[in-house]
Amino acid sequence: MAEVKTATTTAVKEPLFGKKERKLITDPLYDNNPITIQVLGICSALAVTSLVWPSLVISVAVVFVCGFASLFTSLLRNRIPKSIRMIVQLVIIATLVTVVELTLKYLSYPVYKQLSVYIGLIITNCIVMGRLEAFAMANRPWRSFLDGIGNGLGYGAILLLVALFRELFGKGSLFAGSPLGEWKIIGPNADYTINTLAESGIGTWFSWYSNNNLMVLPAAAMFLIGIFIWIQRSWTPKLVDVS
Amino acid sequence: MDFFNIFIKAAFIDNLVLAYFLGMCSYLAVSKTVKTAFGLGLAVIFVLGITMPINWLINTYLLDGAINGLDLTFLRLILFIAVIASMVQLVEMVIEKISPALYNSLGIFLPLITVNCAILGGSLFMVAREYNFTESLAFGLGGGFGWFLAIIAIAAIREKIKYSDVPPALRGLGMAFILTGLMGIAFMSLMGIDPAALTGTK
Repeated sequence: MAEVKTATTTAVKEPLFGKKERKLITDPLYDNNPITIQVLGICSALAVTSLVWPSLVISVAVVFVCGFASLFTSLLRNRIPKSIRMIVQLVIIATLVTVVELTLKYLSYPVYKQLSVYIGLIITNCIVMGRLEAFAMANRPWRSFLDGIGNGLGYGAILLLVALFRELFGKGSLFAGSPLGEWKIIGPNADYTINTLAESGIGTWFSWYSNNNLMVLPAAAMFLIGIFIWIQRSWTPKLVDVS
Repeated sequence: MDFFNIFIKAAFIDNLVLAYFLGMCSYLAVSKTVKTAFGLGLAVIFVLGITMPINWLINTYLLDGAINGLDLTFLRLILFIAVIASMVQLVEMVIEKISPALYNSLGIFLPLITVNCAILGGSLFMVAREYNFTESLAFGLGGGFGWFLAIIAIAAIREKIKYSDVPPALRGLGMAFILTGLMGIAFMSLMGIDPAALTGTK
């Protein structure tokens, strides 16, 4: 009977999707965004954001790796010796990334080629490592898992936002190279499939647009993130960097 | 290509930070003063210069079908990161023994080099571009030197920009991003230069 009682009390203490658990997922999306606030994980993915589809692929990969690395580290947290914890964490992450790499190679070889070293670089993505150190080493598995997923999503959100601007204004299209097919939205070659009902679709409104090559350069990603940080901190003054 | 050409190419034309945006996290976090940026930059040159040839040896003599024709390349990521982590640990111990002063000034930044994407990225680029042993050594040292230059440059700019009237919401991080973007564009003007053609060794 005693066992049943403890089980119910822990269930009351930690509901599967309580307020705290929801906060773990929603917090990294805006208030504690891994890229714009924590400044983690900028490295591995800025170079891939020139197109939406590879960015989506890498975001999904990071959500997967971050969630499961947090889960496994949290399960092992009481058994990992402090002195070699970095190496243990890296091996967990590297194993998950190898799984992602091989899966992607099997599913879509062109995207795998396009992402080249950047899939492997998820290992050194500071978000994964940072969340393991800051959260998973001190919290229970389920909550660590949610925290990992939340941070992966916050990262993916910024990545997709950047990619959206870069591909739309740099190439005039969206989803190039994806199974959906390339949507040419603005510019003289726009197709009209998006708006077949109206005589003049979105395509004709913006046919004057010629592609901005600056957006294709990786530097554009830096400008865009700088501008996002500017907008976010103007909206939410408590986030302003005092130092 | 000879040693010098690869070195110049890695340091200026294919700069790891400004052309590939690798090693961004520590680049942005540690670039508030020139002094700390200098120490971290030196440590990165050192670690890149050591790990790159070691990873080349591992990749060539262990993974690429060298043992009984087995294709062990799926172990590449795990082995590379293990080499990097242990090399950083080793470098840390050696520096602590030889020069405690330098060790204290580097502090937390030494272990952080393990998760610097530029280190692992360098090794992965080495595999993708099929460098040989000396080329990978040159690429490691050159890439480290380029990273060192970039972090010194941004740290110097950030020290100066403290005295400028930047909008509050853009202060610090936001400005660092935009500055890095501008530096990236400046470095783009070096793109397409072929050092082999310049030195006449082609």
